[in-house]
This record gives sequence, C-alpha cells and structure tokens, in this order.
Amino acid sequence: MLEDKDRIFLNLYGVHDWRLEAAKRRGAWNATADMIACGRDWIIQQVKDSGLRGRGGAGFPTGLKWSFMPKEVKERPHYLVVNADESEPGTCKDRDMMRHDPHLLIEGCLIASFAMQAHACYIYIRGEYVYEREVLEAAIAEAYQAKLIGKDNIHGWDFDCHVSHGAGAYICGEETALLESLEGKKGQPRLKPPFPANAGLYGCPTTVNNVESIAVVPTILRRGAKWFASIGRANNTGTKVFCVSGHVNQPCNVEEAMSIPLKQLIEEHAGGVRGGWGNLKAVIPGGSSVRMIKADECEDMLMDFDALMAAPHRSGLGTAAVIVMDQSTDIVRAIARIAYFYKHESCGQCTPCREGTGWMWRVLERMARGEAEHREIDLLLDVAGQVEGHTICALGDAAAWPIQGLIRCFRGEIEQRIDRYRAARDVHQVRTPVAAA
Amino acid sequence: MSVRRLAEDQPESFAFRPEAMPEVERQLAKFPSNRKASAVIPLLWLVQKQEGWVSEPAIRVLAEMLGMPKIRVLEVATFYTMFHLEPRGRHHLQVCGTTPCMLRGAEDLKAVCERRIGKKFVVSGDGAFSWEEVECLGGCVNAPVVAIDDYYHEDLSPDDLDALIDAMAKGETIKSGSALKRQTSAPEGGAQTLTSASLYDGSLAQKVDLPNRPQAGE
Ligand SMILES: Cc1cc2nc3c(=O)[nH]c(=O)nc-3n(C[C@H](O)[C@H](O)[C@H](O)COP(=O)(O)O)c2cc1C
Ligand code: SF4
Ligand code: FES
Repeated sequence: MLEDKDRIFLNLYGVHDWRLEAAKRRGAWNATADMIACGRDWIIQQVKDSGLRGRGGAGFPTGLKWSFMPKEVKERPHYLVVNADESEPGTCKDRDMMRHDPHLLIEGCLIASFAMQAHACYIYIRGEYVYEREVLEAAIAEAYQAKLIGKDNIHGWDFDCHVSHGAGAYICGEETALLESLEGKKGQPRLKPPFPANAGLYGCPTTVNNVESIAVVPTILRRGAKWFASIGRANNTGTKVFCVSGHVNQPCNVEEAMSIPLKQLIEEHAGGVRGGWGNLKAVIPGGSSVRMIKADECEDMLMDFDALMAAPHRSGLGTAAVIVMDQSTDIVRAIARIAYFYKHESCGQCTPCREGTGWMWRVLERMARGEAEHREIDLLLDVAGQVEGHTICALGDAAAWPIQGLIRCFRGEIEQRIDRYRAARDVHQVRTPVAAA
Repeated sequence: MSVRRLAEDQPESFAFRPEAMPEVERQLAKFPSNRKASAVIPLLWLVQKQEGWVSEPAIRVLAEMLGMPKIRVLEVATFYTMFHLEPRGRHHLQVCGTTPCMLRGAEDLKAVCERRIGKKFVVSGDGAFSWEEVECLGGCVNAPVVAIDDYYHEDLSPDDLDALIDAMAKGETIKSGSALKRQTSAPEGGAQTLTSASLYDGSLAQKVDLPNRPQAGE
C-alpha cells in the first residue's frame, strides 16, 4: 500500500478543513514563489521528468502538452482551462479534490498558467456540482484575499482564476466541446486541427487539463520529479486517485500508487467483491468508456495505462474509475444502460455517432431480453466498428468500446439468452391449440 | 441526443430581481467585455434559480443583455439538460440511473419516485415535487445518488428516499450527503489511509528546499 507520506490529497475525504489556513498546514502554497522563481522551462522540464500523464482519460504526457504552447505571447493571450466536467460514469475523483482540497488545484492553476504564460485560467465545472462550485469559489476568494493570486500578487505573476460551469451535458468534458461551451455555445466538439494550443478559447492558445493533472503539480515540484517518477512503473508513474464503485463491500475513492494490482485495490481498499473474490463477474476498469475485463483477467491485472491497454482485452485506464460487477449482474443490461448513456449524450453532429448510438442501444435492449438473433451479435460488432474512429470526437469510440468488450467477454451468455428466449417462445407455440395445426 | 422544446404556456415577461443583479454582474465580470456570451449558461442558471424554469421571455432578455441572437440563447437553453423548459415541482429530484448507480439500486429509487410523485417530469398535484432520471452525477462511489434541488443525497435505500420525501412534504429542511454513517467518499467503516498525524501537525508547512532547483549559471 502507498504510504501516507507519499499521498498528495491529504484531505481527500474532507475530514479536515478545506480553507486556506488548514490547507497551508498540509503544505499547500509552500514554496510556490520559489517554483516560479525557477522559471517556466524548469517547471515544464520537471513535469516532463515526473512522467505525469493526463488524468482526464487519454493519458497524454502533461509536460509535453504544456510545451506545445507558443513560446512567445503574441497579440493573442494564452489561457489555461481546467476540465472539471467530470461526467464519465464511475468517476468522482475531481469532486473530492475540489470540495476538500481546492487550494492544491488553485496553486496548480497558478503554476501551470505561469509555465504557459497565461494570465487567466477558467475552471469549467459540471453544473450539477453546486456544492463543489461553492467551495471552489470560496477558496479562490481566499486566495485573492491573501494575494496569492490576482493582480500584484506575492508570486509576481499576475493571474486571474475564474470558475464557470455547465448545465448537464457529458459531451462538454470533451476539450473542444468544453471550449465551445465556455464561449457560450452548445457543447459541440470542434474538428481538430487546429488544436487548442494554437486556437483554443476565443481562438487563443489554450491548454485544457483535467483537475487532477493540475492539482498534483505543486506537490510534484515540492517533492521532486524523481519522487513522483519512483512510484508506479516506467511510463506509468505517480500516484492516482481511483474510484471503486459497484459490487464491492466498501465503495470508495482512494489515492494509490499507479500500477497497483486491481485485486489489491479492490480487496485492501474497497472491502473486496460482494460475496467474495470468487463471486466476481467482470470489471470495467477505467470509467464506462473502456472495454470490460473478465474475472479471470482481473486476477493479476495492474492498474495502469499500458497494462490495461494490452491485447487481448484492449481496455484502458481511462479515468481510473473501477466499476465492479458480481455474478448477480445482468451484464447485457449493464452495458445496454451504458449504451443508453451514449445515445443520450451524443451531441448529434456526426451521423455515425448520432444514429449509431441509438441503433446500438436499441439492439442491446432487445438482446438483454433475448429478443434477437445470433447473427445480430456480429452485426452489432460491425456497426460498433463503423462508429469507432469515424467521428469528430472520441465519444463515438467511447460508445463502441463497451459493446465490443461485452461481446468479447460474454458472447456465450448473449447467445444463451437468445436461445432461451426462442425456446420459451417455441414452447409457447406448441402449447397453443393443437387442433389449429 | 434529447429533443427539448419550449413550453406552450409562457409568461409575458421576465426580469431579474434587483437582489439577483450583483451575482449577474459577478458572472459577467469573469469574461472579457467583448465575450459576454460566455456568461450565458451561468445567467440561464440564475434565471432558473429565480423562476424555477427558463421561459421564452427570459431567453429574449438574456439575448439582449449578452448581445447574442435570440436563437443562440435558445440553442443553449435546449441543449443543456439541466435547464427546465417548463415549471417543475418546488423540489425537483434528479435520480441517477447510469450503470454504477443501477448496480446499487437506482431502479428501486425510481420506483419510489413513481409511487410517491408520479411519472417523470410531471409535477405532483400539490406542486411540491417533480423528478427525472439523469445520467451519472459524478458521485458513483456513493451510489445510488439522487440530487435534490441543488445537493447530493448518497448511499440511499428506498426507505431513505421515502423518508426524505416525507420530510420535504412536511416543509423540513433535509441534510445532504451520505445516508450511511460514512465520511464522504471514504470506505464505510473508516479509511485505512490518511491516518498519519504527521500530515496534519503543520510539519508540511515548514520551509522546503525545492529538489533539483536549477543551479546558478545553468
Ligand atoms: C466524450 C468525452 C468526454 C470527456 N470528459 C472529460 C471529463 O469529464 N473530464 C476530463 O478531464 N476530461 C474529459 N475528456 C478528455 C478531454 O477531452 C481531455 O482529453 C482532457 O481534459 C485533457 O486533460 P489531461 O491531459 O489533463 O488528461 C473527455 C473526452 C471525451 C471524448
Ligand atoms: S462523435 Fe458524437 S458526440 Fe462527438 S462530435 Fe460526433 S456526434 Fe458529437
Ligand atoms: S452512476 Fe450515478 S453517480 Fe455515477
């Protein structure tokens, strides 16, 4: 188990006060001015050396992303945008950081903005997180008051930090949809290129990062890139907040070492699978958008980007939201509900996604009842394959992958259900008046 | 995608109450003065806080305030599902129905709502309640989750939800958070992590020397 001294989010559960004085006692805002004095190249190099990969789902190296911003500020200002839309089913980690440790995030915003020469940052939080927004805004007000941020602050880099919010749309977590939303439009993803680093918010150079990616940075700089890089495995470094939900005895969030074995995560922190490890059916390891893995594959699976991405399961760490399903789960219905989610959340811009998500959901609903044909399983796979990779944004992929995972893991179960449904219907037909025959 | 339209019955007009104006101004001040449209979602939210829903006259007023074509404000109001386009109950329940909540009993909570309130989106006879099923609320380790008005109620059993509805019906204020004796997202029964006293005794606030600081001349 990760030692307490190596954890970053010391108030993850909100046992302690989130306010400035208490946050400072836990180490927030310590040596921030020294970090800034070390210069932006140093900061970006440290973040690169730490091996930090984006915590929003795609795992793109954070330091590298920062280095894509123009070296010089021309007529267009630079922006940092923090993605606090957190809507990926299974995921609720950013929430804890914002309501219980907001000063780590605000400090991270200052450092990241300085490193990218941004004088303003917007934190875009999902509309439903009203309490989290209230805390975050109050914490920002404290930081202004204490001159930690704002004009002529004690760190010597003029910096404004604003919170804005959405109003119920998963798609606004996609970075370009988020930018559209911040500009006051429908959240419909933009075609890339141009990438936000060239033309982001208001057409200006912008970097979009997840809450966790930004909030871990101050501690990385305080403890050193080597420290962060020493946790986890090569290319999969650092600590990570995992969310364990579903059929476990004690669902929870917990900060652990990257690459922790899945079984250890579930057993040590989440009280084990309901009914014992033997009662496990499958796990969706990275939020609803990744392919599930079967119980036997969970046995020695490591929770990191590379291990989860490997064949044959081709899953992903995603947001590290582990959804556990025991033997009692109606697995087809569980995935049909996820398919409904994507149908509901598609922004409707591209035909394969708009039409495909609805079609796939309807077929899965029938399959959940058994009211389908065997050949439709391959048809479903075929359609999923046509949606995947053929859309403006990755929501199309996200809709296809859970279905592909279901079929890889439980094709037999779907077939059996279809057989049973038909058998029941045949029986019914035989029972109808024999005389009619 | 969900198709959403404005209500048939619309009021004559809309205006922010004077006491809402400081918050309106505060939201507007977050954005560059030539980018007022950026405040459209926060302002629609304030409209809804004041009126309970978003009406057509309110959309017109915001378009005017923000210098946006009315159709753009209308697009935003219909795209984002938290905007109510018709009146709701005095208490509105958002029951999360996505898989992590479904695995832990969301269907039973929906049944409670149907029994106590009625069909989705239909306001109960006394005007007190309405409910809808929503997608993942981002509180999944405390599933099942129901957002009542602005705040989250977590780890709910059907009985817990019943009791919350009873309390609201009596005009009592209800307490948000976990229905179990549980510290937010920590495992029930207490976490084994974050127990070291040295994290909280102020020692972390002592001066630190940053590792790998650039050397002079580097
Ligand atoms: C449909 C969709 C939804 C997304 N939702 C979120 C989200 O809620 N939060 C988030 O941080 N990233 C989300 N992302 C990923 C973002 O597009 C982006 O990659 C991320 O914010 C980058 O931050 P990072 O590099 O720090 O991970 C989503 C992506 C897609 C395609
Ligand atoms: S893939 Fe879906 S969500 Fe993404 S842009 Fe296309 S229609 Fe919209
Ligand atoms: S699925 Fe209900 S809160 Fe996430």
